[in-house]
Amino acid sequence: MKHTLSVLVENNPGALSRIAGLFSGRGFNIESLCVAATLDPTLSHMTLTTSGDDLIIEQIIKQLNRLVDVYKVVDVTEEGAYVEREMALIKAKAEAETRAEILRMCDIFRCKVVDVSPKTYTVEVTGPKTKIDAVIELLKPIGIKEIAKTGVIAMSREKKSL
Amino acid sequence: MGAALHKYPGRRLTDSGFLTLTDPWKENDFGLTSFRQKDRFRDFHQYFEVTIMAKMAGKQMFVEALKREGVEVIFGYPGGAIIDLYDALDQDGTIKHVLVRHEQGAAHAADGYARASGRVGVCLATSGPGATNTVTGIATAYMDSVPMVVFTGQVPTALIGNDAFQEVDIVGITRPCTKHNYLVKDIKDLPRVIKAAFYIARTGRPGPVLVDIPKDIQNAKAEFTYDEEIKLRSYEPVLDPHIKQIEKAYQLFEHCKRPILYVGGGAVISGAHEEVRELAELIHAPVATTLMGLGAFPGTHPMNIGMLGMHGTYCANMTMANSDLILAIGARFDDRVTGKVDAFAPHAKIIHIDVDPTSIQKNVKVDIPIVGDCRKALQKLIKVITDNGRPAETWKERFSPWWEQIAAWEKRHPLGYKKDPNVIKPQYVIETLYGMTKGRAIITTEVGQNQMWTAQFYKFDSPRSILTSGGLGTMGYGLPAAIGAQMAFPDRLVIDIAGDGSIQMNIQELATAMEQRLPIKIVILNNQFLGMVRQWQELFYDRRYVATDFTFTPDFVKIADAYSATGLRATRPDEVEDVLKKGLDTPGLVIMEFAIAREEGVFPMVPAGKATTEMLLV
Repeated sequence: MKHTLSVLVENNPGALSRIAGLFSGRGFNIESLCVAATLDPTLSHMTLTTSGDDLIIEQIIKQLNRLVDVYKVVDVTEEGAYVEREMALIKAKAEAETRAEILRMCDIFRCKVVDVSPKTYTVEVTGPKTKIDAVIELLKPIGIKEIAKTGVIAMSREKKSL
Repeated sequence: MGAALHKYPGRRLTDSGFLTLTDPWKENDFGLTSFRQKDRFRDFHQYFEVTIMAKMAGKQMFVEALKREGVEVIFGYPGGAIIDLYDALDQDGTIKHVLVRHEQGAAHAADGYARASGRVGVCLATSGPGATNTVTGIATAYMDSVPMVVFTGQVPTALIGNDAFQEVDIVGITRPCTKHNYLVKDIKDLPRVIKAAFYIARTGRPGPVLVDIPKDIQNAKAEFTYDEEIKLRSYEPVLDPHIKQIEKAYQLFEHCKRPILYVGGGAVISGAHEEVRELAELIHAPVATTLMGLGAFPGTHPMNIGMLGMHGTYCANMTMANSDLILAIGARFDDRVTGKVDAFAPHAKIIHIDVDPTSIQKNVKVDIPIVGDCRKALQKLIKVITDNGRPAETWKERFSPWWEQIAAWEKRHPLGYKKDPNVIKPQYVIETLYGMTKGRAIITTEVGQNQMWTAQFYKFDSPRSILTSGGLGTMGYGLPAAIGAQMAFPDRLVIDIAGDGSIQMNIQELATAMEQRLPIKIVILNNQFLGMVRQWQELFYDRRYVATDFTFTPDFVKIADAYSATGLRATRPDEVEDVLKKGLDTPGLVIMEFAIAREEGVFPMVPAGKATTEMLLV
C-alpha cells in the first residue's frame, strides 16, 4: 500500500543523502521526495511517498527515526484525513487546430497556461496525483513535449474535536 | 563558561588554552577572599567579559575535548592532514597514543578497547587512504554496536571537492556504516561536534561516530566552550521501558509451559548479566545465548543450554524451535540464529526487549515489543514477577517436563568431536586452553572456524570476556582487538584465537603489540585452509576446494622470531598441553601454532537457509 510520510529533519548538509541512502541501502521503495525549508530555518520538511506492507512501512518509519538528523516522522496516510498536492508543468504542442481545445481543457481542470510560444503552451496543473494523471492522459494525444513534476506534498487535516 | 573560570580567579584562558596567571590587579590582591567581596565581584566579572574571548586552536580544542571525555588512550596512524592533531596531542602529553601499522588495526584496536572496557574507543587517521582503511573497522563496530569515535583529517576546506591529494569523501563513504558522522566546516562547531560524537557513540544502541576535521579547521581559532551535558532534540533514545508492556510480558510467562531466554549482545552492552541470571533462576527458565551474548549468562551455569544458531548446540536450537515463549533480550533475530524464518519457533509467542526499535519486528513478528535498556527492562520484569508471581518452587515444578525434554536433547547430541591420537583436533586445543585459563582470560577471535570452535568449547562466565566480530564477520579482527583489550587491561591475560588465514589479514599489528610491550598470546589453529569456506565447499560444492587451499603458509614460529616474540609449535596431540602451558607462562608476546586436522569441520551446522531443526551433526 502507498504511504505518504512527512519527515522533519535537521537542516544539516548530508541529511537528504542520509535519507536517500537509507532507502537505497535497505531496499525500500521511494516513489517521490520533496524537500523544502520550514519556518524554522534549522529544520527541513520532507514529504516522501513509499509503498510496502505494514511491516515494511513500520520498519521504514523506525529506520527514519533512528537517523540522528531526523526530528519527527509522521505517516500522513495513517493519521486519517489529509490533503496532498502535486504540481506539474506540461509543455504541450499547440498547433492552430488544437490551441482552443487545450485552453478549454485547462478551463475544465482549472489549469493555468503559464507560457505561450508559437508552437507550444506550457500548462501548470496542481492537484492530487489523480488529477495530474488525468490531464497528462488528455494531453498525450495532442502531443506532450516535456513534463516536470514536483512530487507529492501532504499535510494532515486539523483534527476536529467533538 | 563564566562558572568554570570563576574557579580560577586571576587566571584566564590564553591562546594555547591553558589557564595562566594574569594581573590587571596583583595576584596577592586577588585571592578567593577578596573575590567574595561584592564590590570586587563586579569588577572581576567585567574583567572576565574580556578574557572569555580568549581563543583556542582547533587542534587544542580536540585534545582538551578528549580529556574532558576521559579519553586515556587512542589508536592511530599519522599523515599530512592529521599532523596538527598529533602535534597538539604530543604538546599536551596526557593522552597515550598507540601507533598501529595499518589504520584498520587502529579501528579494530579502538573497538577491542571499547568492547573489553565498556568505554568509548577512539581512533585517529589521516585523510584519503588513512580514512578509507578504517572503514572495515567502522563497519565491524557498527554491526556489533560498539561505542567508538573515529577522527579523520581532511584536506583544507577550500580544497574539498577538488580531488585534492589524499582527499576522499569519508563522510559520504561511512554514512551507511556509522551511527552518525560529521564534517566540521566551522571551527565554532568543533567542541559541540566532539561532545555530540561521544554522546551519540555511547548512548542508546551504541555505535561508531566519525568526525572529519579539515586541516585548516585544526588550526583555526575560536572560543572553546564545552558543555557538561548535551541535548539533541532529534536524538533521544528511549531507555525506560513502558511498565504496561512489562506487565503484559509477565502475563505470558504466567501462561507458558516451554519458555526460553534468548540472550544477545545487548545484554552485555547494557550490563544486564546479573539480571539475566536473576531472572533465569527466579523462573527456572533455560538460557541460550547468541555469539554476541556469550558471557551475558555464565557458560558453566546448569541452566545454560549453549549457543544458538548456525553452529549452536543441538539442545539450544531444539529448545528454541519447540518453545512456546521466547524472551529475546538484546538480540536481533539475525539470520544466523533464526535459520529459515518461516520455520522459526512456530509455536512461540515472542517478547522482545531492545533499545533499538528497528531491531524489533524486523525479521520476525513480535507479540510484545519492549523498547528500552535491557537492564532496566529486566529489573522491572523481575520486580513484577517477584511482586505477583509464584514462588520459585512452583515455577520449577511447572517447567519440569520442559527441562526433562531439554535434558533429553542435551543427552542425544551433546557438543563433541571425534578424538584422534595422531592429529591435533582444534576443539581439543580450545578445551585445554579453557582448562588452563578458567575464565581469567579475555579471548579475542578472528572469523571462521577458529571463532566457532572458541564459541563452542570455551566457557565464558563473565561478560566482555570474548571479543569477536559477530555481525560483520571481519577476518583480521582478533589481533588488533587483543591490542585494544590489553591496553584497557594491562594486567589481564589476553588471548587471540586465530586461524592461519585470518591472522595474516592484520599480522602487521604484531609490531604494534611488540612496540607497546603487550604480552598478548596468539593461538593459531593452522589447517592450511580457509577452513570455514572449505567446509561449505565440502558439504555443498562436492568438495571442490576452490581458492581455499593455502598451498603456501608462512612459518609462524619464524614470524614470531622476526618480531622478537616467542614462537612455539605443536604438531602432535601430546604436545598441545606443553605448548599451551609454556606459551602462557612465557612473558611477553607468544605465538603458539597448532598444526590441526586439515579437514576438521564445525558441527552442529544449520545449512544456510534451512530451519534450525535441520542440523548436520558430527
